[in-house]
Amino acid sequence: MAAADDMKGGRSGTAAPPAIELRGISKAFGPVQANWDINLSVPKGTIHGIIGENGAGKSTLMSILYGFYKPDAGEILVNGRPITIADSQTAIRAGIGMVFQHFKLVQNFTVLENVILGVEEGALLRPSLSKARGVLKQLAAEYQLNVDPNATVEDLSVGHQQRVEILKALYRQADILILDEPTGVLTPAEADHLFRILQGLRDEGKTIILITHKLREIMEITDNVSVMRRGEMVASVKTAQTSPEELAELMVGRKVLLNVEKTPARPAALVLEVRDLRLVDDGGVERLRGVSLDIRAGEILGIAGVSGNGQTQLLEILGGYPPKGSRVTGQVRMNGADLPLSGRGCDAGQRRRDGIGHIPEDRQVEGLIMDFAAWENIAFGWQDAPEFNKGWLMDNQAIRRDAEAKMERFDVRPRDAGLAARNFSGGNQQKIVVAREIERNPDLLLIGQPTRGVDIGAIEFIHKQIVALRDAGKAILLVSVELDEILALADRVAVMFDGRIMGERLPGDTTTGELGLLMAGVTDTRDSSANAGGSAHVDELPEGRA
Amino acid sequence: MNIRDSLIAIIVLAICLIWALADGPAAQQGIGSALRLMTPLLLACLAGLYSERAGIFDIGLEGKMLMAAFTSASVAFLTGSAWLGLVAGIGGALALSLIHGLASITFKGNQLISGVAINFLASGLTVLIGQNAFGLGGRTPALSGAGRFNPITLPGADAVRDVPVLGPIYSGLISGQTILVYVAFALVPITWWVLYRTRFGLRLRAVGENPASVDTAGISVTRLRYAAVAICGVLTGIAGAYLATGLSAGFVKEMTAGRGFIALAALIFAKWRPWQALFATFLFGLLEAIANLYPNLDLGIVTVPSMFMNALPYILTVVILAGFVGRAVPPRAGGEPYVKER
Repeated sequence: MAAADDMKGGRSGTAAPPAIELRGISKAFGPVQANWDINLSVPKGTIHGIIGENGAGKSTLMSILYGFYKPDAGEILVNGRPITIADSQTAIRAGIGMVFQHFKLVQNFTVLENVILGVEEGALLRPSLSKARGVLKQLAAEYQLNVDPNATVEDLSVGHQQRVEILKALYRQADILILDEPTGVLTPAEADHLFRILQGLRDEGKTIILITHKLREIMEITDNVSVMRRGEMVASVKTAQTSPEELAELMVGRKVLLNVEKTPARPAALVLEVRDLRLVDDGGVERLRGVSLDIRAGEILGIAGVSGNGQTQLLEILGGYPPKGSRVTGQVRMNGADLPLSGRGCDAGQRRRDGIGHIPEDRQVEGLIMDFAAWENIAFGWQDAPEFNKGWLMDNQAIRRDAEAKMERFDVRPRDAGLAARNFSGGNQQKIVVAREIERNPDLLLIGQPTRGVDIGAIEFIHKQIVALRDAGKAILLVSVELDEILALADRVAVMFDGRIMGERLPGDTTTGELGLLMAGVTDTRDSSANAGGSAHVDELPEGRA
Repeated sequence: MNIRDSLIAIIVLAICLIWALADGPAAQQGIGSALRLMTPLLLACLAGLYSERAGIFDIGLEGKMLMAAFTSASVAFLTGSAWLGLVAGIGGALALSLIHGLASITFKGNQLISGVAINFLASGLTVLIGQNAFGLGGRTPALSGAGRFNPITLPGADAVRDVPVLGPIYSGLISGQTILVYVAFALVPITWWVLYRTRFGLRLRAVGENPASVDTAGISVTRLRYAAVAICGVLTGIAGAYLATGLSAGFVKEMTAGRGFIALAALIFAKWRPWQALFATFLFGLLEAIANLYPNLDLGIVTVPSMFMNALPYILTVVILAGFVGRAVPPRAGGEPYVKER
């Protein structure tokens, strides 16, 4: 409790009871202790960050606060009064609002319908809708939460959908707002706007709990921060009195290199040549509008960009499975030979035989079969390899031995090759995919979002493996929405926007601000980056970036 | 509603108009018959609409209708009252609905398997109990008098009988149907209103699209889905009762003859919307009526055999289910039991 008491008065400095106080909260799922003896005190009118690796128990703790789970032990106090939060309705009545990582919106409803769902005024909708319309207008003016109330949610951008979630909470008169990984899906500009909204809410006296694994966000807008590790709350400090390095260390329990150690690239022969690649999808929309790029052996080309600007399609074409019903034109040459872009010879198996490895963007859909065992997953794509077969039967023992060796080398935990992929954590699932692709020693490795939803320890490990493959003289195409990751790994950075490469930069010769402008479709960044006030904050990166 | 959405309505009304211009009296007879034949389809279609809009797929419409047809015919015969038969029909279908709800909501089972089980259960039980009780090979004794729902003459029907256009339409088609036909048609605007203008409708649609949104709003997903399944039971109950005590005079083995599946096809055709459901089922009703009226349709060059005519509604069903009528996007959470995520 001492740590929590120290934090009182982060901003308010009054004797008012904390908005949220947790005492000794514990929760187990079967043998897994998700939360253990958690104490937390969140002063009223502050932004409180909760940071921790994936699986540290942050989301479980917040789900307990929102009535999704009942804690096994412990006490919850809201504004100094102990309460039992048995369901979401109780949480809402206690003034707690939650913005989930995956929005809980009805996609084909209007904004208004989503806002009133569950808090309708009576059996008929009309009065509720007109009341909500008025309230929304007021909230929009007060907090810069502008959204067209009549728009259908599925037509809104992700950033706007998130605003709808915040509006839902405010419409339910939430005083305490919990946001779970709110910036994971936002562009830098959208994230910036969100932070201004949150600051506005705090200045109006609302209490905000921000769950994230991004250190920069914590440093930027929180007043206090609590760190969770393996289900326990390991520290609570004032943000002003800590540093990203200290927080990172607390999160993983050891020093983490925020930067990847690597030597300058020594590019050799041209491996991949892409010329004027275009793709028109089955709906007639041009997703790629003339992409050209080169990758040499021994270098990493990073492709930055907000997701949905053609990176996925680029990876799918190179990986040999262009989207169904699409038309692809252009030229792709690998080690001097043309790769077919449709029809015969354009399949993932042939691409593998051509020496292309692929760590796909969505490991749970494209990378793994979740219900299959780890050893089976490690063999996928190479099930026809001679060492895995005896005559026309599969040699399961050989496959298993191979898988166990790879799991050992890539430190996949638990080291149980018979366990279904589903039962590994996100980071370890990704290690399984990375092990499968890298261990085949491809000439070209395609990588999509290598560390999405992966904890810091695993990120560090995966980054090292990628750099090692580069140093072994292989060509690597890295697609990531995490700018930090691109800047840390890539030898050259290309930015994609709206199906085009907007420009190429050297990581040492650019800023996140400039890349942010390219990601937003601004081309002449060299002139405008100086006065781009909106993105200025992203320039403040931890030091020592390559 | 844009043109594409009104397409079914335009097709159906065009068929009626051409028919009426070509052969007025035959059209009056045929369309009247179509209205009666579409009634069980419409009721079952709306039943499925409530259930599936709430995220519970229901291929057990057929079985529920069959069970309702049997219980209503039996009770109507034993009591001599069609109304008590109707209540029994609703009860029979509700009981099966409850089983479906238990399997797919409470126990989070597979909705398709539960639906198939219900169809088999109804198909077997009706014949077994029927044979045991009445000894007529699975049929129930023929109903007559108050044991059936009889046609009602609407006020003013006789007065306008000879007025051109209005006369044949009002006196010949609209008047002279049984009460359940009117109930079925009235349910179309009522369903639309409930779905789009009431709190219950909003929540019902939400729970079929994204139950998590309903759950986080503090509303019980389970209760909403049970309500939807119960409404489905009531409507299939009325549909079955109409089959046995309105359209026919008693229960015959397998008398639903795939109508539950046709209703499902119509529901997909209508993209889970009530007004479109009206016209989609009307189209099936028309096809059936045409087949009854012209067993050997003579098109001048070729004579279409009666087997083909009778198969038309089923052929259309296959065509629709195979996805030839544009993309029909079902409610997004349909078929998935709701499990809270971590």
